[in-house]
Amino acid sequence: MSKILITMFCLLLVSLVPMQAMPETDLTADEFAELVSQLHVKSYKEKEAIIKKIATIKDPRKVPILQRMQDGELFYRNADKKIVFREASAEQYRITDVLNNEDLGLVDAGDIKKVKINNKLRRVIRGIIARLRLQDEDAGVRLTAVNNIVKNINASGAALLHDSLPEEQDEDVREAMKTGVALMDVLSEDRPVRIAAIMILGESVLPAARSRLEDILEKDDAGDYVEADAELRQLARKGLDKIESRLNVYQFFETAFFGLSLGSVLLLIAVGLAITFGVMGVINMAHGELMMIGAYTTYVVQLMMPNHIDYSLFVAIPLAFVVAGLFGIAIERSVIRFLYGRPLETLLATFGISLILQQMVRSIFSPLNRSVATPEWMSGSFEINAALSLTYNRFYVIIFSLLVFFFLLALLKKTSLGLQVRAVSQNRPMAKAMGVRSEWVDALTFGLGSGIAGVAGVALSQLTNVGPNLGQTYIIDSFMVVVFGGVGNLWGTLVSAMSLGVFNKFLEPSTGAVLAKILVLVLIILFIQKRPRGMFPQKGRAVEN
Amino acid sequence: MKITKLNKLSLFVSGIALSVVINVAQAADTIKVGVLHSLSGTMAISETTLKDTMVMLVEEQNKKGGVLGKKLEAVVVDPASNWPLFAEKARELIQKEKVAVTFGCWTSVSRKSVLPVFEELNGLLFYPVQYEGEESSKNVFYTGAAPNQQAIPAVDYLMNEIGVKRWVLAGTDYVYPRTTNKILEAYLKAKGVKSKDIMINYTPFGHSDWQSIVADIKKFGSKGKKTAVVSTINGDANVPFYKELGNQGISAEDIPVVAFSVGEEELSGIDTKPLVGHLAAWNYFMSVENKDNAAFIKSWKKFTKNDKRVTNDPMEAHVIGFKMWVKAVEKAGTTDTDAVAKAMIGLEVPNMTGGIAKMLPNHHLTKPVLIGEIQENGQFDVVWQTDGTVPGDAWSDFLPGSKDVVSDWPKLNCGNYNTKTKKCSGQNY
Repeated sequence: MSKILITMFCLLLVSLVPMQAMPETDLTADEFAELVSQLHVKSYKEKEAIIKKIATIKDPRKVPILQRMQDGELFYRNADKKIVFREASAEQYRITDVLNNEDLGLVDAGDIKKVKINNKLRRVIRGIIARLRLQDEDAGVRLTAVNNIVKNINASGAALLHDSLPEEQDEDVREAMKTGVALMDVLSEDRPVRIAAIMILGESVLPAARSRLEDILEKDDAGDYVEADAELRQLARKGLDKIESRLNVYQFFETAFFGLSLGSVLLLIAVGLAITFGVMGVINMAHGELMMIGAYTTYVVQLMMPNHIDYSLFVAIPLAFVVAGLFGIAIERSVIRFLYGRPLETLLATFGISLILQQMVRSIFSPLNRSVATPEWMSGSFEINAALSLTYNRFYVIIFSLLVFFFLLALLKKTSLGLQVRAVSQNRPMAKAMGVRSEWVDALTFGLGSGIAGVAGVALSQLTNVGPNLGQTYIIDSFMVVVFGGVGNLWGTLVSAMSLGVFNKFLEPSTGAVLAKILVLVLIILFIQKRPRGMFPQKGRAVEN
Repeated sequence: MKITKLNKLSLFVSGIALSVVINVAQAADTIKVGVLHSLSGTMAISETTLKDTMVMLVEEQNKKGGVLGKKLEAVVVDPASNWPLFAEKARELIQKEKVAVTFGCWTSVSRKSVLPVFEELNGLLFYPVQYEGEESSKNVFYTGAAPNQQAIPAVDYLMNEIGVKRWVLAGTDYVYPRTTNKILEAYLKAKGVKSKDIMINYTPFGHSDWQSIVADIKKFGSKGKKTAVVSTINGDANVPFYKELGNQGISAEDIPVVAFSVGEEELSGIDTKPLVGHLAAWNYFMSVENKDNAAFIKSWKKFTKNDKRVTNDPMEAHVIGFKMWVKAVEKAGTTDTDAVAKAMIGLEVPNMTGGIAKMLPNHHLTKPVLIGEIQENGQFDVVWQTDGTVPGDAWSDFLPGSKDVVSDWPKLNCGNYNTKTKKCSGQNY
């Protein structure tokens, strides 16, 4: 026990060394410069040793250098191995000495090399920077710093948090610090300290807290508890129960979110088909390829505006609608209009079109996937707490799919085009007799459905690969949604997409992704046996024949 | 756009016409080399490059004067990612075109589908892709990695260098990931990893909704022990997987993913931001500094007329395989399958990472194993590599069924010999 205490004490001392603001001497500054100038060494092990030494020296230049290194923005000059920062300047780079900010002039890309960094070093540097940022003025920065320390908590990290705790004013940061300290305290030998720590951990939703408590309840191979103290075990069990009941709630919300987001993707890919297949009755196997065209439109738009990736999607959405819509109209005018009322021939013909479109993309863009960048505002996640965070891209897709859905609904219900579409789909001869140009309406309707598919393609480009096979992956799912929801009913498509998504996601944890998908399909088959027209069948005499 | 397309078309047509003319003129004194890679369908994404590589290699060899005084002629067919069609096209190549050798296949299922054809007609196939092992045919030379040349060294690296204690084995649901994961699971357990520290997960082909799986991995990785993901996720499903990892805030520092199917070619079609720092295990990286490699990259860029084209591991396998075949034909003095197959064993060819690839009696190669970290420019930075090369093992030592099986064609004339029962199971795999 005393041994552990001594080591703890030593570790504590070590961690405190940089904190105790030693008077800066020229010696340390020289040493710092010396160490930094060695950063170009090849071996990662040596680099790690150097960085750890640098961490112990107090120097204002430390954080910027380490931060740049972490970001892969630290370089050295080939000629004399001087460590430099670089800034792009036309075709060349302007480099400056990291130690004294001296301007070293312009160089070519080949004259400097990156100070290479691997995961282990990134982790080490992250820890060092986090420790330095504990004193930052911004509470948000401090919170991130604390979280980064807690991520790889060890005795010295806990000691550091313990020392910073009294000065900390912000409640959230204090909370995080306390949890971090408790994570180590729970391992100590001092019983009251452990009890207090267990109580704190019981309030946390941090996964690490949970696993610490689980460790206390661990049994060894013989079936005896590792922890001899029964009272401690009881406390830990209580804390764990509390955590678990809370986590279950979060987990439920998380799964529901996952389900809704899967549902929104299904809705997006199916809603265009709900028009062409649902309203017009055309079995369009090329629907997936129209989405692919939308995705490629996004790619082309990003090529055109490489410096404005953040806005590229707003340009891509209307453009994809137009491009895919035009393709749709062309397909309708050239092939489908000759095949109305012959669903089997339509199926084969559109399948052929889908193959043609795929090969066309292969010839124009190459068979390789194309890289579509994700705008900054769509990456990352909105963290509610340690146990629950919602990813932005999924969040936006949910909103976007609903917008598209209601746009389409309004179009069909409120505009004269919508009225004509519905009239033609319900009773073609009668609509014609009333003066509706049914051919024109057919073309526009098909174009509308295709355009929506193109818009879905823009969203898919943010979630998956943009390649010739994009459409094939989704075509089955989109038919599944439309058939399940009830052909010819937009609301049915919405309900069916969302319920299939949520059902799938609630099934997945217990069955795995493969079986979940099979079960959903089996369920749909059974459902269709019972109700062949889907959940919300269209009613009326026109449908009966 | 239109003009260039038209140009392309006319070029293409004239190219065909030209090749037909050459065909007729040289039919008598050429050696035909079959190229069996999908140029359309789902696998075109990976296989088209290999077709181009073969065409380039044949062209270069012809500039050097061909083989045995004869010119080589590449016969390219398109099995269109359709497994039964692979067998048909293989038959066409051997019977109708009378090719001396075939370079081809990517997926294991396509290899399994052509295997009976090559054995029945006694053809010769060079298979360039890393695969699950458990096979050694008299008519096939496996120039890609066996599991012990990719998966196991990668796990060793994670275990010894990174200190990983908990393992997620994530894969697409088909034969390669299933077999590889079975081998890895047995290997990990032999190393003392408990089953509760191993999580195995399979997803369907082209899986794009990774939310719950990544959330599970996150939970699995938060137990205080260092966790890593060993990914045998296939091709297209990788992008949404890495994107989801990035979005849910799992960085390579916390939970590194080591992938066996992500190479330079795949990365060139990906926004690499969320992948930086994650790992891949291969036997070759384009970024390796080596004279042969630099020369190859240069001629590849020249051949494709594209300065941005990348090279990858299966391409190197084809280069090694092709060089070996040329050597073997020259050694044997004939293109006869049996003579060439015999001459192949023991041949040595420098690989492109500074080592020597040697053809072993079990029809596999010796290969170095490299672990690379993904960089922002879509290249890999080698962070670890084996000392020297690792001999390919056809039958895994970690699977109960294949532990006692060895393959040795020159000595035993058997690719599936059970050392316990002293029996050769013949060509039944």
